[in-house]
Amino acid sequence: MLRALGQHTLHIVDELGDFAVFTTRGFTAAIGSRKLGRRIVRAIYEQGVRCVPVIVIVGIFTGLVLGLQGYYVLNKFGSEGLLGTLVSLTLVRELAPVLAALMLVGQAGSALAAELGIQRNSEQIDALETMGASTHAYLVSPRLLAALVVFPIQAAIFCLVGLLGGYLSGSVLLNLQPGVYWAAVYKAVDPQDVAECFIKAVVFGLLTISICAYNGYNAHRRRGSTGARAVSASTTRAVVFSSIVVLAADYLITSLLVKHP
Amino acid sequence: MSAPLPVPVSVPASGSELFLDIRGVTKRFGENTVLAGVDLAVPRGTVVTVLGKSGTGKSVFLKCLAGIVRPDEGEIRFDGQALNAANALARAEFRRRCSYLFQGNALLDSLTVLENVALPLEQTTQIPNREIRRRAMEALHQLDLTKHRARYPSQLSGGMQKRLALARAIVTRPELVLFDEPTAGLDPIRRNHVFEMIVKYQRQFGFTAVLVTHDLPEALVASDQVALLDGGRMQFQGTPEAFNLSENPMVRAFRDSADTLRDTLAALRRGETITSEDDL
Repeated sequence: MLRALGQHTLHIVDELGDFAVFTTRGFTAAIGSRKLGRRIVRAIYEQGVRCVPVIVIVGIFTGLVLGLQGYYVLNKFGSEGLLGTLVSLTLVRELAPVLAALMLVGQAGSALAAELGIQRNSEQIDALETMGASTHAYLVSPRLLAALVVFPIQAAIFCLVGLLGGYLSGSVLLNLQPGVYWAAVYKAVDPQDVAECFIKAVVFGLLTISICAYNGYNAHRRRGSTGARAVSASTTRAVVFSSIVVLAADYLITSLLVKHP
Repeated sequence: MSAPLPVPVSVPASGSELFLDIRGVTKRFGENTVLAGVDLAVPRGTVVTVLGKSGTGKSVFLKCLAGIVRPDEGEIRFDGQALNAANALARAEFRRRCSYLFQGNALLDSLTVLENVALPLEQTTQIPNREIRRRAMEALHQLDLTKHRARYPSQLSGGMQKRLALARAIVTRPELVLFDEPTAGLDPIRRNHVFEMIVKYQRQFGFTAVLVTHDLPEALVASDQVALLDGGRMQFQGTPEAFNLSENPMVRAFRDSADTLRDTLAALRRGETITSEDDL
């Protein structure tokens, strides 16, 4: 029992170290890599442009629900004028970076893990290695660098669409004065909140894309599964781990950046 | 492509320079020892074919040479330099001068035919883009793939994919090419074409080739030397002529498998009971 626990702990520590080296190499290998710009643009398209519809849909419904719930709660205290404050701070500080990251994990992260897993399975990664190419520079670096750009933009889109959703349910459906709503938004959000949103988005992007890339890249090392099963197991693991890490990192960053009264 | 197979080139005299010198390579996967001290000597500029039954570890052996699989024991020397984990420079140099043709081709399926061929030059050299394109187009032209340059590997037939993999392997003008079952799954006509291509380009570019296959007749015609891997060890290495004359029981069993099958089938037709070796 104790032996198994020790072995499991050693395995986790070993994997964490391996993951840290993998991520570091993902950045350092980018130096001097040819046609990196073209691959970054493609990665931005895959993580960014393709995921905009899902971000918009989830963002608008999140705003609509926040507006609806917030209006009825605040109305009990006669404070519905603060709806803009509630919606904007909830979105900017928490929901936009977290939900945008979770949506990106579900769409772009899972696709990345599966793609790299299949490339590993079909020896495409081995082929890159035998030709002397840096697999990290070719496969990982563009995705990591693209994530640093894409995640903050997606979080910003989520915020704007969410605010619009709050406006639609609060002002258009429930007759709160639009001026009151937007003035509260304007007053509530300060640059530090926006900075917190972007810091979270960048950290989540870095963590989730490297977790998904790591799992796909190492699909052949999964114990107990090979071939297509290894790819599906790696993809599932990538999505589950990324989602957990996003929530854990959110708590950590919030506790570091939270404004004390 | 349709020309008859060339006659084998003369085997270099004994003592000629060894380009690849493999000694005692051992590889275990858990309890299973796949390679148990394999030796192979590959003279420069020759075609050396490693023969063996399916599942004898031929591909693992080739992957050990290429550095995809790390051997547990043994030494591999390439052009006089030991290739091991501690000698990263020698390994990088080996990768620069060596190409590997995978059994399943391992083409990058998200890249076009032209991009696949250009990839090794693009990712490992500082050659200008225009020159990369010229060399990639030249390799495609040599393998009759020019008109398919904008297609994706999945849109090509098996034979074309093999040619594409060969184009990608030779575009860097390697000094050593490792071929892992280059004719696996091909019909006899295409099999001949692939061996023909290998010998033709080996002559043209002068690279050293190491093949693993179980296609005996073609290998004997196309190779300067053949080796037989069985039971985790190299049971034979020599010229095709020596292979044909060898009295080594394992060589005979492999070489005379068609005769053995013919005898077995004749006995079965006569109503005799046959016990195969695998049943014992």
